[in-house]
Amino acid sequence: MEKLLEKEEFIKFVKDGDKLLVGGFGMSGTPLTLIDEIAASSLKNLTVVSNNLGEPGKGLGILLNEKKLNKAIGSYFTTNRDAVQAWVDGELEIELIPQGTLAEAVRCGGAGIGGFYTKTAVGTKLAEGKEVRVIEGERFILEKAIKGDVSLIKAHKADHLGNLVYDHTGRNFNPVMATASKVVIAEVDEIVKNGELNPSEIVTPHVYVDYIVKSHYVKKAGVFVASD
Amino acid sequence: MHQIDRIKIAKRIVQELKQGQVVNLGVGIPTLIPDYLGEKKLVLQSENGLLGMGPTPSAEKVNMDLISASKAPITMEIGASLFDSSNSFAMIRGGHIDVAVLGVLQVDQTGEIANWAVPGQTILGVGGAMDLVAGANKIIVATVHSSKNGEPKLVKELTFPSSGNRKADLVVSEHAVFKFEDGTMKLVEILSDIRIEELIEITGADFEYNSEITNA
Repeated sequence: MEKLLEKEEFIKFVKDGDKLLVGGFGMSGTPLTLIDEIAASSLKNLTVVSNNLGEPGKGLGILLNEKKLNKAIGSYFTTNRDAVQAWVDGELEIELIPQGTLAEAVRCGGAGIGGFYTKTAVGTKLAEGKEVRVIEGERFILEKAIKGDVSLIKAHKADHLGNLVYDHTGRNFNPVMATASKVVIAEVDEIVKNGELNPSEIVTPHVYVDYIVKSHYVKKAGVFVASD
Repeated sequence: MHQIDRIKIAKRIVQELKQGQVVNLGVGIPTLIPDYLGEKKLVLQSENGLLGMGPTPSAEKVNMDLISASKAPITMEIGASLFDSSNSFAMIRGGHIDVAVLGVLQVDQTGEIANWAVPGQTILGVGGAMDLVAGANKIIVATVHSSKNGEPKLVKELTFPSSGNRKADLVVSEHAVFKFEDGTMKLVEILSDIRIEELIEITGADFEYNSEITNA
């Protein structure tokens, strides 16, 4: 199957009301081209699962400003004042999850595991209403796995099969989010011939990746800027 | 709060850290620590997916896909490794980090920490705070003694939301070092010219001390 899509084509895999798993930590490892396309589409009522909502007017912050989002699930939204304001105004529902719990919940979602017991957040407000279980003398809370309709991830290089490698800490949540949705779309800086990626260095095997879109951003002085 | 106090706290915490330890540094005062290590080498873990974090790069070497958890550009030390977020937090939660140095809003006299939310304000960020509190082998709290409003940050009972049941091991302020043992806070060292009566007055928490320390 040919996995390479033009940037406009992937939108057909996303529906109103979908839950999107979006890679990235701050602006690093964020699928900027895919986000721009969703912002320009007629899609609405989306839920986003991502560590942050980008920055004001950048990354996932664009989807917020374009009123595409009903709900955000993640660990840290304070760095985007627009997200804080949207929440105060009642325009955005927010579910806060500790960062490690978020990563593990998505990992479980992609690994056929329904949930897990963690010691993180035991005895805090974020544990309210969650099942507590004592295992070998230690208290844990039950966290359910997270799965999405569509994952939008960012990698550095892909081959035509969809094997992925990442750029340094741009990896972050992308490999787990690549495993946990019905449809997985990877934005990449570079597409290489099959066989060019060293199998020992591939982080995301192609079985997880449904489609590849070439990024319309280029890195200048270490920062991604729009190329067109 | 004076930068000189923050630096003093960072320098004192350096004395607690051992050569080669795997350390995660939280935001605020802990980020000053790398500047005062001297000959000591630590292995710094950054929860966004790097073990072996190095100093800030020169401007021409900045890559915003090589950043710290504070989202600032960084470099990698020899022997560094990169991994995804779930692996990073397995490392943290699973007890593979020797020491976490954390900033706090409050710490109570049993060592329980509040470092993610202020009552009455919007609570929209937790990040990795609770994972580090739950999982690091040793927790050192780095904090100025009083808040901007002059309120004690070392308190009897938390009035800010807890970051978890797990207790800190040590707290270092510009005035003193305290340790927590069996639910009790104990004065280890006085770091300024403050008299013990004054220290008791500006510390909300009750603590034990002995005359050897206060007369030193």
